[in-house]
Amino acid sequence: MTDQATGNVVDLDSATITGKKPVQIDEHIVEIVSDSGEGAQKCGQTFGAIGAKMGNGIWTVEIIPAEIQPPARSPAGASGNRIRVGSKYITNMGNEADLVVAFNEQVLFSRIANGAYKDGTIVLLENKWANDPQEEIREAYANAVKEFRDNGLIVHELPMEEKCLKLVANARRGKNMFVLGMLCHIYNRDVEKGHAEIQAAFGRKGEKVVKINQDLFDAGYAFAHENVEYHYDIPVEAGISDKPMMVCNGNTALGLGVMASGMDMVSMYPITPATSASHYIADVYDKVGGFVHQAEDEIAAIGFAIGASYAGKTACTITSGPGMALKTELIGLAVMGEIPLVIVDVQRGGPSTGLPTKVEQGDLLSSMFGMPGDAPKIVIAAATIEECFHFTIMARKLAESFRGPVIMLTDANLATGVQPWERPELQEEWLAPPIDQSEWDRSVPPYDWDKETGLSQRPIPGQPNGMYVLTGLSHTNRSKVAYDSETNQTTAEHRSRKLAALQSTLKPPTIHGDEEGDLLIVGWGSTLGAIEEAVDIHRQQGHKVSSVHLRFLSPLEPGLKDIFARFKKVMTIEINYSDKPDAPLINDENRRRSQLANVLRMQTLVDVDCWSMVYGHPLQPGELVEVIGERLDALNS
Amino acid sequence: MFGIKADWSLDVFERYFTLGDYSGGEARWCPGCGDFAVLNTVHRVLRDAQLPPEKSVAVSGIGCSSRLPHYMGTYGLHGLHGRALPLANGIKAHRPELDVWVATGDGDCFSIGAGPWIHSVRLNMDMVVLVFDNAIYGLTKKQTSPTSPAGMKTNTHPAGAPLPALNPLTVTLGITNVSFVAQVPDWNPPLLFETIKKAHEHRGTSFVRILQRCPVFSEGFSKPLQENPDKFVLLEHENGIQADDSVKRVFGNTVEHDPRDWLGAMKLAKDDEQLPIGLLYHDPDAVVYEDIAAKDIGKSDEEKIAAINAAMDAFAI
Repeated sequence: MTDQATGNVVDLDSATITGKKPVQIDEHIVEIVSDSGEGAQKCGQTFGAIGAKMGNGIWTVEIIPAEIQPPARSPAGASGNRIRVGSKYITNMGNEADLVVAFNEQVLFSRIANGAYKDGTIVLLENKWANDPQEEIREAYANAVKEFRDNGLIVHELPMEEKCLKLVANARRGKNMFVLGMLCHIYNRDVEKGHAEIQAAFGRKGEKVVKINQDLFDAGYAFAHENVEYHYDIPVEAGISDKPMMVCNGNTALGLGVMASGMDMVSMYPITPATSASHYIADVYDKVGGFVHQAEDEIAAIGFAIGASYAGKTACTITSGPGMALKTELIGLAVMGEIPLVIVDVQRGGPSTGLPTKVEQGDLLSSMFGMPGDAPKIVIAAATIEECFHFTIMARKLAESFRGPVIMLTDANLATGVQPWERPELQEEWLAPPIDQSEWDRSVPPYDWDKETGLSQRPIPGQPNGMYVLTGLSHTNRSKVAYDSETNQTTAEHRSRKLAALQSTLKPPTIHGDEEGDLLIVGWGSTLGAIEEAVDIHRQQGHKVSSVHLRFLSPLEPGLKDIFARFKKVMTIEINYSDKPDAPLINDENRRRSQLANVLRMQTLVDVDCWSMVYGHPLQPGELVEVIGERLDALNS
Repeated sequence: MFGIKADWSLDVFERYFTLGDYSGGEARWCPGCGDFAVLNTVHRVLRDAQLPPEKSVAVSGIGCSSRLPHYMGTYGLHGLHGRALPLANGIKAHRPELDVWVATGDGDCFSIGAGPWIHSVRLNMDMVVLVFDNAIYGLTKKQTSPTSPAGMKTNTHPAGAPLPALNPLTVTLGITNVSFVAQVPDWNPPLLFETIKKAHEHRGTSFVRILQRCPVFSEGFSKPLQENPDKFVLLEHENGIQADDSVKRVFGNTVEHDPRDWLGAMKLAKDDEQLPIGLLYHDPDAVVYEDIAAKDIGKSDEEKIAAINAAMDAFAI
């Protein structure tokens, strides 16, 4: 077959000619990339949602430019979505893409620089640039296409814009739905579901808008049928969707968790990549009986939440790294005054403004220790989109039971990643109880610390006889300011003991793989899927690799020392900075290790090694297979 | 008897509150400190209002004046430096029935807390904000504050404060949605009482700048004012703060000022030669933020679960 646009002869080995039966595949990674504002993200999200609704495993990752309006046709402006769609449940973004749709050639350069493509990746490229009035653009386009082909990409130049212009005056608004139609043909997606998604997305704008977008979708579908030889089917493997499922990103799941936990106050300040959670909550909170307060800054946001928590139900504040830094002093007040509070940190690249839209697990140590004095607090980390929901509910309960702030860590990968997950059956017991306004027993002090656990009940304003003055100063059990040595020492002990009390209720982590072996990988947060996929690949080759994934970071889950003792080597894999062991000047004593590795070494005295990076993108299983392979080789040599 | 229900009258007597019900531990300010006067006045206003002590919350930041909650018999939240107002706003947001008081100072409010000051006045949540302004950092021992007069010698500016003092009244008046601005010296008990009472009665953020004596570190600020009442002009109006004759005998300069007159208030506030005392500005109709924040609260568990389920339907597969 010949590509109409280029006249190139197309390799048919990996595809079938249109009209024939689709080729069955287990999974594919698809990317849609455009300039910012051309709708590639919307196209990708919708394509992912259609797949999820057909029962496929899905994981999507947003490709986000850091600027709001980057220049057109620039590598920095690459905006879009990556969708990994498969027969089985999918837990991470995978390795290199199989098929890419690009609205111009320049945006692909940034993806190539990120190692997103491989020899053989199919590129469906808008070809209007070949005839651009500006010679520079024509030249850049021709050079790029040649370079892509020289590097092994299979480029098909297609007149997508020209086809769209037959339906709309401005192809910039609408090409994305045309491409969605194309992809739905290429991957044999359900057309009705495509139409339904467009209805859901554009319904608010009126039937006219829905119709034109559905027409564009149909045109794209027909275009692919006639002009694109690739035609695949990704059957759904039985068993991954026998329960009611839902599909959304982690920030939405977090928002739903806030509501399902009964918290009726979110106090926030805009910060990427956390804000979309508050957007979502604000959109539906009135019906649930809650309120999103947008404060004047991060400090006031947590102050407002602490005030609300102090006076009644536990409140929530959602932020990211720089916001956490600003909130530090008030988190300390919540620790000292023992005020229940849920703080969600959707981590991004740091330090300082860092990489606002990209992923990093860089806030573990600052969450645990970033505070003057000793400020013990609970730190948990969600590893999946589903956990973004359930952990929020758990966080509220922990905050109240242990009377203090709970920091829940997610990250940009979970925040924007889309995955199907089991629809929860909402429980009344998840909701916060009404505010207690009964009479307080005057003989019980406001901090009636249990000597063993440090736990106590708190009076709530409005309760007769419960009056006390909460203070960030050192205080007695009657909350009276006390600077004496004995009080300060014992109250520090009570606050600390609460973590031990919590740890005594936790179970040791589940080991993925055998209970003993050569190498144990320890991870936390959003890297779960990539780590386990890589471990599985090695295990299939007979290698003695296992992994554990920690959800509780402070306190740590119990039994780690025993588990570590059953492996020859223990290492963490994380998305934060560590010195490479063979880097200049680095030796075993001065090497700065990744964050969880530090915590584990400190708590277990085991020589825990680490591999980590701060590329700003989620971990890829292929990369981890290599890392694990190298460590295994080193162990066995 | 007379149509009054016996149990109603009994209930009143059972819960009659004395000044002691509103006071907490022994106040530990320096002898001669103006804070004592304010504390006693707050107790009196609460006693007269007969609010159950458990329904009031005194919130503060850090500084001498921020010790006030510790000397109250109500609930209290002694917060962080500059952060009293966000804490107080959060308390009010979902508990509009609580009676909230904020004690803050010139450093706490106008310097480190300047952001919350501006934005909280705009939120206009129903609370009394008492700014104890003695033009100095007292707790940390005599550093220049935003309201330290130019030339005032402090430990951070031994040669004298280099800049003209910040005028908190014009700033506060300039904030959109401001609803109550008053100024009063701490050393005239009847005027202090009437001012705080009026502030307490107003629904919205009642901003009261109290010119407060610090006999240890900034007598140079308060002494000339104490000794020369002609430095003040007393604002009079039927909608203003009602001063009795004893007050008028002290403060001979008076001017008729309608507290609805914002431009007039701004002109009075701007006058550095004669400090206005009384009610500068009052707008009882300004938007009150808890009316927005608490609008949807109080749904039943069934309603909540139904609403969350409906929200999840949008993502159902």
